[in-house]
Amino acid sequence: MCGIVGLYFKNPELEPQLGSMLSDMLIQMTDRGPDSAGVAVYRDPIQNRAVKITLQGPDDVDWQSISTKLSDGAADVISLTPLSNHAVLIAKAADAAQVDLTVGWVESNLAPIKITSVGTSIEIFKEKGLPDQVIQKFDIRSMQGTHALGHTRMATESAVTTEHSHPFSTGLDLCLVHNGSLSNHNQWREKLRKEGIRFQTDNDSEVAAGYLTWRLGQGASLNQALESAIKDLDGFYTFAVGTKDGFAVLRDPIACKPAVLAETDDWVAMSSEFRAIAQLPGSDTARIWEPDPAKIYSWEKA
Amino acid sequence: MSEFDLADSEVRVLNQVLHDAGSTGQTISVVNPGGKHNVAAGAQFDTRVNIHGHVGYYCAGMNKNATITVRGNAGPGLAENMMSGSVRVKGNASQYCGATAHGGLLVVEGNAAARCGISMKGVDIVVGGSIGHMSAFMAQSGRLVICGDAGESLGDSIYEARIYLRGNAESLGTDCVEKPMRVEHVEELRALLDQAGIDHDPSEFKRYGSARKLYNFQIDNVGAY
Repeated sequence: MCGIVGLYFKNPELEPQLGSMLSDMLIQMTDRGPDSAGVAVYRDPIQNRAVKITLQGPDDVDWQSISTKLSDGAADVISLTPLSNHAVLIAKAADAAQVDLTVGWVESNLAPIKITSVGTSIEIFKEKGLPDQVIQKFDIRSMQGTHALGHTRMATESAVTTEHSHPFSTGLDLCLVHNGSLSNHNQWREKLRKEGIRFQTDNDSEVAAGYLTWRLGQGASLNQALESAIKDLDGFYTFAVGTKDGFAVLRDPIACKPAVLAETDDWVAMSSEFRAIAQLPGSDTARIWEPDPAKIYSWEKA
Repeated sequence: MSEFDLADSEVRVLNQVLHDAGSTGQTISVVNPGGKHNVAAGAQFDTRVNIHGHVGYYCAGMNKNATITVRGNAGPGLAENMMSGSVRVKGNASQYCGATAHGGLLVVEGNAAARCGISMKGVDIVVGGSIGHMSAFMAQSGRLVICGDAGESLGDSIYEARIYLRGNAESLGTDCVEKPMRVEHVEELRALLDQAGIDHDPSEFKRYGSARKLYNFQIDNVGAY
């Protein structure tokens, strides 16, 4: 069992409250996932010719020395903003090739530092522990932004570590959270490795993320990638996918994992259960419905 | 009449009242359910419970004798294993509502999601809207009335429950077949619609039930095992 929450603002006046509203939702999902929690926040989009990378290190990480190593290495650092054992790096990157170079350099030279997200506005923070502890550790309540996804994890398929926690990055400004279990993930992990997709863990949800990364890399749209996921991924799932401009929700055809969607003039929200949505202002008059099996729902800024 | 505000009172306290004989004949109003689980579960006595708002998992589970109304939507497992009494949801119900229920009446005025009435054992279920896939799977007895449409595999492996469907089923499950609407079925359906307070002409419905071909092993299939 796991809990998923997602919040997307139609009314930009709510943006200062993104972190606090999402946190209220996430805490409601504590008993669906007390092992670990994570959030993907879309905020402060950077200017052109730069890349934003969220880094994750051990608790005693020295971000000052990491910053020096980055500057001495390949990256042209604009800023490195630590937030506990995560840090948001903004570096110059003229084009996609330079983004790949910077990501590759970090992966090969900064161990045990790991990358949780890459893009222009996405930032991913995740950690073992109760949602409330994770929210406090990264001061999620203070975060402003356009939209966010959150996940609370109760592990069934693999170990409880920060690396196994959601959200998983699936490409530039994309991430995935999952409630459920996949049965053919080992087979797909091997196939995707041969296609050049890298995995940090034996987690089944990371395979779903890698699958989407692979399809999108082949030029598929997000909807096309999700359509083919329905055919290729076997198991139970409610997926929520964060995108640069919104989010998408998909349930497997059997649909035994719960999901609720709600919409008002001000926001769109999704969650595993209504009690998370009940925390939002206006939820008492929101349009509320259960997403149909094997149907893709998506929202994005016009 | 007493009122429970679930914004500042535990569900457990409400449910304990419903487990005690003292609740007989009372009307209890529940406000701010906020999607909480197990609201009004395990009621034992002839109590009226009016819930104002949306509830989460397992609302009105195991109900016996009580009359429970939800003025909102219900999460998964509504009225699971109900024994008697009645449960009404003014909005929609999520998956497996009325699962394994032995008796009583469950009315969903809106839509019900997948697996409605799965393994029902005597309950009557009336859904004003449509229902999801695999509904009435292995349904043993009782009646399921659907005023809208049904999803895939309606009545798969059904035993002796009866299904009345006004719209169309995306597909029928294994061993579920259409059966003739005789006079007694029209009367039975009319009584169920009256009880549910839902106004439809019984002649617009079709009846489905078991072809009873799965009751005994077919020796011709021995090669498949």
